[in-house]
Parts: sequence; C-alpha cells; structure tokens
Amino acid sequence: MGASPARISTTHRHMANISEPLSSALIGTAPIPGDLSVRIRRGAEYVAIPMFALAVSSVLFSIFLSALGKSPTEFFELVHRGGFGTAFSIQNTLQRSAPLILTALAVAVPARIGLIMIGGEGALVLGGFASAVAAIPLVIGHAPPLLTLIIMAVMGTLTGALWVGLAGYLRHARGVNETISSLLLTYIGIAIMNFFVEGLLRDLTNPNKPSTMPIGDAYMVGKMPGTEVHWGFAAGIVVAIVLYVLLSRTTFGFAVRVTGGNPRAALAQAVIPVAILFGGIVASGGLVQRRMDLPDATVLVLQGLTFVVLLASETLYGRFKIFQVSGTADRT
Amino acid sequence: MSDSPFFIVLFAIVGGALRVSTPFMFVALGECLTEKSGRVNLGLEGTLVLGAMTAYATSYHTGSPWLGVLAAGCAGVFLGGIHGYVCKLPKVNDIAIGIAMMLFGTGLAFFFGKSYIQPSAPRLGSFSLGEWTGNPQIATALQVNGLLIVGIVVAVVMAWAFANTRWGLIVRMTGDSAPAARAMGVSVDLVRFVATAAGGFLAGVGGAFLSLYYPGSWNQGLSSGQGLMAVALVIFARWKPLRCVVAALLFGAAGAIGPALQSVGITQGYYFFNAAPYILTLLIMIASAGSKQALRDVPGELSITK
Repeated sequence: MGASPARISTTHRHMANISEPLSSALIGTAPIPGDLSVRIRRGAEYVAIPMFALAVSSVLFSIFLSALGKSPTEFFELVHRGGFGTAFSIQNTLQRSAPLILTALAVAVPARIGLIMIGGEGALVLGGFASAVAAIPLVIGHAPPLLTLIIMAVMGTLTGALWVGLAGYLRHARGVNETISSLLLTYIGIAIMNFFVEGLLRDLTNPNKPSTMPIGDAYMVGKMPGTEVHWGFAAGIVVAIVLYVLLSRTTFGFAVRVTGGNPRAALAQAVIPVAILFGGIVASGGLVQRRMDLPDATVLVLQGLTFVVLLASETLYGRFKIFQVSGTADRT
Repeated sequence: MSDSPFFIVLFAIVGGALRVSTPFMFVALGECLTEKSGRVNLGLEGTLVLGAMTAYATSYHTGSPWLGVLAAGCAGVFLGGIHGYVCKLPKVNDIAIGIAMMLFGTGLAFFFGKSYIQPSAPRLGSFSLGEWTGNPQIATALQVNGLLIVGIVVAVVMAWAFANTRWGLIVRMTGDSAPAARAMGVSVDLVRFVATAAGGFLAGVGGAFLSLYYPGSWNQGLSSGQGLMAVALVIFARWKPLRCVVAALLFGAAGAIGPALQSVGITQGYYFFNAAPYILTLLIMIASAGSKQALRDVPGELSITK
C-alpha cells in the first residue's frame, strides 16, 4: 500500500523538464518571502480586536461595579479563582464549557452562510430529552452501555438537527426569518419537554423534581482519565475541528463561504477559547455571589455587556493600517 | 346561561385577551416605530424585563405606580438608546446586537431586581368596561387598565402620524430608502436612533404593565419571550400600528386560553396551552411570510426580511 517512492521521483524528474514554476509547485514550494508575516498580520487582527473588546468590556464592567461600591479587582480575582485558578475550578470550567462549545458551533455554522439561528437551546433541550427517552428501554433491558450511549447520541443529534432544521426549512421554503422562528421553536421545544417530563414520561420514583428515568452511572459518559472532566468536552473539540476542516477544505465548505454572510463572525476554531472563557465566567458565578454578596445575575450582566462590546467591535475591522498588508486584496 | 363552562371560558378568554395583550401591544408599537425607520431591535425582550423591574422598584420607593410607568419608559429609552447608538457603527449587525442587548437588559433587570422580589409595591388600578351590564361575571372579565386605552390611543396617533405628518414621512423614508433620506438632508442615523429610543420607551411601558398590573408582581420569570413574539407580531401586522393592536389582542387571546381552561378545571396539556402563543406566532409567520403583500409593505431598509 502507498505510493512507491521510486515512482514519485521518476515523475518528478520527468516533470522537471516542462517548466520551472510547475515543477516547483509539484515539489512543494519554498516559502514566498513575507507569506507567513502576511498571515500573521491578518490573523493578528482577529485576535487583537476581540482582546481589545474584552478589555473595554472589563473596564466598563469595573466602572459599573465601582459605582455600586464593589471592588472590581476582587471580582476579577474571584472569577479567575473560580473559573481558572485551581485544578478543581478549571475542570469545572471545562465541564461547563463542553455544551457551550457545541451550542456555539450550532450558531457559528449557519452564521457563516448569513443565517442567524439562535435555536440552540431548543435543540439542546429536545436533543437531551430524546436521548433520555431513547435510553429508557435500553437501560431497562440492560443493554450494553456503549451501544446505549451510541444510540442516545444518535437520537439526540437527529432530534436537534431536525428541530433547528425546521427553522432552516421554513426559511428556505417560505422565507420565514430564521432568527425569530428558531427562537420560537426554542420556547415550543421547552414546552414539549416540560409536557412529557411532567406527564407521560415522568419518573415516579423521584418526587422532588420532575424528570425522566435516571439512567444510572453505568450508562453515563465517563470521565477522561486523570481528570474529572467527561468525554463530552473532547467530543466538542473534535466536532469543532471537524467543522473547521469541513468549512475550509471541502467543496461544501467552499460553497458555504461563497454564499457569503459573515466569514469573520464564526471561525469554528475560535469558538473553543471563547466557550471556555464564558464557561469560566459562569462557573465562577456562585463563588462571586457568595463572596461579594452580589446577585447571580452579575455574570449575566457581564456576559451581555461583553457580547455587546464584542459585536460593536466588528466596526473596527479594516480600520487600522497596522493590520493592512499592502498589495493584498481582501479575499473575502 | 352565563354559568355554563363555555361562557365562563369565553369571558375568561376575552378578559384575558384584554389583559395579556397590553404588553404585546406596547412592545409591538415600539418595534413598529423602530422597524419603520429601518432598524430591527430584538433587544426589546430585555427592555420589557428591565422596564418591569424599574416600574416595580420605582413604585415601591415612591408609592406611585404611574411614576413607575414613567421610570420604566426611561429605562426603555436607555436600552433603546444603546441599541440605536451601537447599531449605527458601520458593519455592526443589528440583529446580533439585539440578542446581546436582550441578555444585557435581562441581566441588569435581574441584578437590580433581586431585592424587589419579596416586597409588595403599589399597583395600577383598573376599571371595568362591563359595569353597565350589571352582570358580575362580565364585569370582572372585562376589567381593563388605563394602559390598554393609552396603548390604543398611541396606535391611532402613530398610524395618523405616519400618514399625515412630516415626522412620519421622515421616519418612513429613512426606513424605505436611506439614500433618498440622505438626499433630503435627513440624518439617517439620528432618525433611527430616536426611533429606537422611542420604541424602547414604549416597550418599557409594556414591561411596567406586567409588573404593576398583570401578573402584578416582580420575579425572574415574568416575561417569557413576549418581546420576541412582539417582533414577529409586527411583521404579521404588516408594519401598520392599528393592525398591531388587533394582532396583540389575538395573541393575548391565545395566551389566555391556558388559564381560562384551567379556571374550569381542564388542566391537561397545560404546557401546550401555554405554548399556544408561540405556536400561533410561528404559524402566522409561516402563513404570512413570502406573501406578496408582505413584501410590498416591508420597509426597504429592514434587514430582517432580506
């Protein structure tokens, strides 16, 4: 198996007679002077402007806290401690960020094509519900855990896909605005879940909180060895990488990018650090609330503020000379 | 005759429609104004919640619910103003900002509102449209609040103003064709900023209704997507203020089905009835989207239907 080296080098020698540029293209190019620095400059814009936006939102939030008589430094120190500072907290953060990665990707992929789909929560709810329901007969019948998990994953994925896909179909078939329809479907999905979980599919052994039958530890996704973080986090990373490859290296991805929309807003590989950041902020919320006597909603304010500033910073792209590279047109 | 379950449910639905429709109406009218000027403000959900909290807190501290309503409007102007200001920056997507403002407004409301969940604030009063019938059931069912009347008046004024005044023309022109407005010397950004802020004011007042009349208390579950439904409602109403009123009544009726059925003891399918407004909104959007009429009425600059 595998091409024999001998054959490749004969081809090379044969082709070398045709023309210089072609043969060098076949060998593998020597780096074009400035190529790497071009890419660093353009990539730097995608890092520098969001970091600037984060800094601005931190400053604004600090002003907000100071006006209330609370110490901003204490707040950020607690966020750091609760979200990223200790081994325990960072594992907590990674766990919380796992679903965030996936739901963020659910928004990122349609955003590439110009659709703003906010139905991630509905898909999350119904997908989780479908998985739990699919598990019921399997757990009762003592099916092997791996098979159960696979079936649960497939059911969850399909349900979520069909639910949000409905919003996409409505946009395609009737031109219904996908933002509103996906938001409405979220509420409808939550109602559907509530209806079944409190009614037909309620697990009667747990009188406290309405839920479906618990599947038990044996059937739950295991933890990654050496850590407390479950494999779902790894799954999120893998999906993000797969999507990046899909969008940047396949014909389908090319079609998506050509259709346009917002090629900047949704770099699949940027989702992971952002999800971890927000996971950390949310994870530290409880610590902040207890130590600083601030309401839980504090992190909500910080998140909302950060989003607004991040989105507003979109206006800064392309304005600073330092990121512009002369002679290269913007290829998007 | 009026004791039969059918009539009880009917009156409950009518009364509920009158009550529940008022916040929809205000938010829809606010969004109508904003969208007529060519901008979409999805953050009205956050404005609604912040308005509700502000109204409740102000009423609690000052003892006057109507002052609370005014304060709620001001909170709405604050959030609408942020939205209007940020969206005028080039390359900023107004739909995305709207969602972010929704988070921000809701966060602010819950943040400041934590201490107002327990205490009781003076509420807005009501009067009954059904007093003259002498039937106590009808009288209770037709209890309305002054804000409903205010809302209808605002809608009438808005409809008249869009058609007959210079300001209405300027707003419509900005929404239909920004280049044409600029050619007339109108500052497109300023008009949209003012329209968004004014829309925020109305949405804030709608929120005040929630916390000061019905359901009449402040808690973190007060609004459940009403602001978003109102945006859909405006599309359904073809951007005409009077139709917004009718649509709001329709949605109010849909939202009142659940409680009305509960009042006669039908509790099955509780969640589905509460999801009725969302389902109705979705069905209406499907039915009205893509129709030629809608495409004719949409303000040309609006990004939501492009």
